[in-house]
Amino acid sequence: MTAVVAALERRLWFRPSTSWIVPAALVGVAVFLVVGSLRSSLFAQQTISGLANGGIYASLAVALVLIYRATEVINFAQGALATFTTYVAWQLMAWGLSYWPAFACTLGIAFAGGFLVELVAIRPVERRGSQITAVIAAIGLLILVEGSVGWIWGNQVKFMPAPFPSHIYNVGGVAFSRQDLSTIGISIAAVLVLWLFFRFTKVGLAMRAAAVRPQAARLVGVRVSWMLSFGWGLAAVLGAVAGMMAAASPSVLLQPSMMDGILIYAFAAAVVGGLESAAGAVIGALLIGVLLNLLGSYVSWVTPQLLLPVAFVVMLIVLLVKPSGLFGRTRVRRV
Amino acid sequence: MGVLLTLSDVDARYGQVQALRGVGLTVDEGEIVAILGANGAGKTTTLRAISGTVRRRGTIELAGRSVARKGPEATARLGVAHVPEGRGTFSELTVWENLRLGAYVRRGSLREDFRRVAEYFPWLEARRSQQAGTLSGGEQQMLALARAVMQRPRLLLLDEPSLGLAPLVVAEIFRIIRELNDREGTAVLLVEQNARTSLMTASRAYVLEVGRVAFEGTSDELASQDAIRRSYLGY
Repeated sequence: MTAVVAALERRLWFRPSTSWIVPAALVGVAVFLVVGSLRSSLFAQQTISGLANGGIYASLAVALVLIYRATEVINFAQGALATFTTYVAWQLMAWGLSYWPAFACTLGIAFAGGFLVELVAIRPVERRGSQITAVIAAIGLLILVEGSVGWIWGNQVKFMPAPFPSHIYNVGGVAFSRQDLSTIGISIAAVLVLWLFFRFTKVGLAMRAAAVRPQAARLVGVRVSWMLSFGWGLAAVLGAVAGMMAAASPSVLLQPSMMDGILIYAFAAAVVGGLESAAGAVIGALLIGVLLNLLGSYVSWVTPQLLLPVAFVVMLIVLLVKPSGLFGRTRVRRV
Repeated sequence: MGVLLTLSDVDARYGQVQALRGVGLTVDEGEIVAILGANGAGKTTTLRAISGTVRRRGTIELAGRSVARKGPEATARLGVAHVPEGRGTFSELTVWENLRLGAYVRRGSLREDFRRVAEYFPWLEARRSQQAGTLSGGEQQMLALARAVMQRPRLLLLDEPSLGLAPLVVAEIFRIIRELNDREGTAVLLVEQNARTSLMTASRAYVLEVGRVAFEGTSDELASQDAIRRSYLGY
C-alpha cells in the first residue's frame, strides 16, 4: 500500500504535502466512515449516496483542475457547458436513441464543443488580455450558455431517462441503490481513463508539458495552443459525464440551472484539493459529498438550504489551516 | 558538404531593444560552429532567432528553406533542436517523459532511439522513472542534450551547455557533443562564454559584439590572433 501511495505521489499530479497531517487525517476520516457504516445501516446508506454525489462533484472538479493547471483560469462556465451537453443527450434520446449510444454521442459532441469554445471565446480574449479577462469571459459564457439552454429547450423541467433500471441491493440489512453505485463507478472510471491518457499517450504527455512549461514545449515541437483547446475539450467531456450522472440522480432536476449548485461544490472541492492536483480534487469532492450528506441526515438544523454555506465553511477552514489546499504545492516565487 | 543554415542581415528585437543588427552566419552540414562574445552581445538571441522564439527580420534558411517566418513548433519539425540555457528540461516530468517529448515530432520506434541515446548517456537507463528536477545540474544538462538527440536533429542549437557546471562535467559534455557530431553527423551551433573550450570543439567561430558580427574565422585563426583573443575572448 505504501508503495502504491509513493508511486502515486511521484507520478500523478499529486503534490504531496511534506507533513503527515493530511494523510493521517484522511486515514482517520476513512476509518470513521468504515466503522460508522459497520455499526449503522443508515450511516452506510448515507455514506454511499454521499460518495455518489461526491463522484459527480469529482468529475466536474477534475475538469476545473484540468483547465486551471494549463492556463490558471477558473472556468466558471464548466457547469453551464455540462448542462448544455446533458440537454443534448436528452434531445438525442427524445429523437429515439437509446441511453448508451446517446451517452457516447454526447461525449463526442461535448469534446468538439469544449474545443470550439476555447478557440472562439477564450483564446482571443486571453491573447489580448490576462487570466482575469479570461475568467470574466468564462462568466459571460456561463450566462450565455445557460440562457441559450433555456432558449432552445425551454425552462420547464425535463425528465431524463435513467441509465439503469432502479434497483436496490440489500447487503446485510443495508440498502444500496444501483443508481448510487453506478454513479460512483462511472466517475471513478472517467477519472481513471483520463489519468491513463495523461500518463501513457503522446498527446497526454504533450498536454502536460504544455501546461508546466509552454516555452520549452514549443521548442520540442508541441503546438501549445492546440493543446489548450484539446484540454478544454477533455474538460467538457468530464463535465458531460458529471451532467448526465447528475440528471440521472433522483435529487437533481434537468433544468437550465441544474449544474449551478454542483459547480460550486466542485469548485469548493477543487480548492480544498489544492486547485492544481487532480487527485486532490477527487478526494476533496468525495469528502464534501459525504460530509454534506451525513450532516444533512444527522444534524437536524442543517437543512438542504444550508448545505451550500456549509461547503463554503469547509473550504474556508481548509484554506485557513493549509492555504495551498490539501494537496497543493506551496508556491515559491523568486523575486 | 552543403550549407545547412544561412542567416543574412538578421535583426531581432525585444520590445524597444534591438538585440541583433544585421547578423549573418552560415553552418555547413556536419559542422560545429561556435558563437562567442560578451554578455548581452546577442549570442542567445541569435539562437532564438533561428528557432523562432524571438521577433526577427531578415533571411534565415535551413537547407534552402526559409524558416524566417516559422514559429518554434514548425522549426522543430524541420529538424532543429534548440537546448535553451539553463532550463532545458521539464523538471516536473520524469527522465523518460522528457525523452519521449524529445521524440515528439518524430514517428517510429522510441525504443530504437532510446537505445541510441543510451550509448551516449548510459546512466539514463537506470534513472528512467526519476523526476528530472531531482537530477544534479550536470545530469539535467545531459538530459536536455539527450532529449535533443531523441529528436534526431539536423541542427543542434546549444545555449551555454557549460553554465554553472564543474570542469569535469563540462569536459564530459563537450566530449559527448564532439562524439554526437562525429557519429551522427549532426551540425552544432554552440553559444558559449567559455571561449577556450568552444574553440577547441568548433571548427569555425563568430564573435558577436553588441548585436553585430565583429569577427569570424576558423577556430585556429581566432585563437592565434592575440588582439582578438585578449579583447573578445578573455583568455
